Amino acid sequence: MAKHFFTEIDQIKKEILALSALVEENVQLAIKALHERNDKLAKEVIKQDDIIDQKEVEIEEECLKVMALHQPVAVDLRFLVSVLKINNDLERVGDLAVNIANKASYFSRHPEITIPIDFGEIANKTKLMLKLSLDAFVNLDAELARQVCVMDEEVDRMKREAKSYIRKNINNDFDLGDRLYSVCRNLERISDMATNIAEDVVYMVEGRIIRHRAQDD
Amino acid sequence: MSAPAQALQKPHVIDIKNPILTIENLNLWYGNTHALKNISLSIPPQKVTAFIGPSGCGKSTLLRCLNRMNDLVDDVRIEGNLRFDSLDINSPTVDVIGLRRRIGMVFQKSNPFPKSIYENVVYGLRIAGINDRNELDATAERSLRGAALWDEVKDRLYESALTLSGGQTQRLCIARAIAVNPEIILMDEPCSALDPIATARVEDLITELKERYTVVIVTHNMQQAARISDYTAFLYLGELIEYDETEKIFTRPSRQQTQDYITGRFG
Repeated sequence: MAKHFFTEIDQIKKEILALSALVEENVQLAIKALHERNDKLAKEVIKQDDIIDQKEVEIEEECLKVMALHQPVAVDLRFLVSVLKINNDLERVGDLAVNIANKASYFSRHPEITIPIDFGEIANKTKLMLKLSLDAFVNLDAELARQVCVMDEEVDRMKREAKSYIRKNINNDFDLGDRLYSVCRNLERISDMATNIAEDVVYMVEGRIIRHRAQDD
Repeated sequence: MSAPAQALQKPHVIDIKNPILTIENLNLWYGNTHALKNISLSIPPQKVTAFIGPSGCGKSTLLRCLNRMNDLVDDVRIEGNLRFDSLDINSPTVDVIGLRRRIGMVFQKSNPFPKSIYENVVYGLRIAGINDRNELDATAERSLRGAALWDEVKDRLYESALTLSGGQTQRLCIARAIAVNPEIILMDEPCSALDPIATARVEDLITELKERYTVVIVTHNMQQAARISDYTAFLYLGELIEYDETEKIFTRPSRQQTQDYITGRFG
């Protein structure tokens, strides 16, 4: 394979890492905006998502170009396919951060309420999963990626508990309950995306598709 | 990028059930040069098996062992077992002409005889003493159809084969090979002198041929091996490094050397 192929692969690697950093930062800012009732910060998150969308398209085009021109195989093929999927997942994470920012914006513009749910735990877990899945991607660490997949169940449990709490205790204000649950659901969806990324990392490193194959592991 | 050291691990070799051809501990020397080192693998029937590897790795040498073409090379010494059904290919008592009828060959540079298209195809039958016109006609048509050439030449069968294009000539050589009803067809870089369209035709033909024949192909075009073969063997410096299903070799090879070669990191 020609030298410029490896140069292009390196470039794609740099771009997807830059996108990862941007998305991770946006998730953190969205959660911060929610905690601090900070409308300005929420708006920054929404604005930054345009850059994320643009970068996602650029990376996809670059991957398709390299695949068409160089017909990569083995580790290079697995890398490009994984980047295409991770790229898409990161863009979705960006959208979920925007959803959270929209809720933050809403709460900041309304009278302060005592939020009866501790978002901190589920938010921290979700942020950790996203960080670890991206670390696994950067370091080609399939073992770490597998740990992320296991953590997803914990976030699912937290979301179920939050849902049950909202149903029982916030039944007099449907709108508030709906918005609170929506934040939990968005966080849980981010953890799902982190799990997808982790699964793609395992595929990239080992060539094994571990989705829907819990019995193999 | 520099080439890696020679194989340190045992080769990764897929187990083939009911093979048509079995190679066991095959060693070959050209004079003092040890060109094939302890090769063991089995060829499945009615599949396309590709041998790949950098220049000088021994892939063509290995292919030529399969129908004793190396007999034509001076100072060659071969050890090990090569079995085709129950036949010991390397046995001195083997009828080599008969063996090559059963295991035909198509070469890198097409080699039409300076005869008509028709006579090229039926040449193998003629030298076997068959001169019955009906049989020759039927074989010519069957073989040319089998080589996907009939429609292009049916109206000029008695014109010189030297008037055909490169791609047509290579298909003529394939027609000549299948005219004698071989069981295995060996192909040594059959598309390396062809343009992309002629290559695509020959590749389509190879895929069709495996319905009736076993095909073993040497190619330096890895994409070609990926496109048309069912099994791929990677050789390096005379050693077999990996032999597996093509899909596996090109998505998740078991040996680092295979990966480095197919991804262009050396070779």
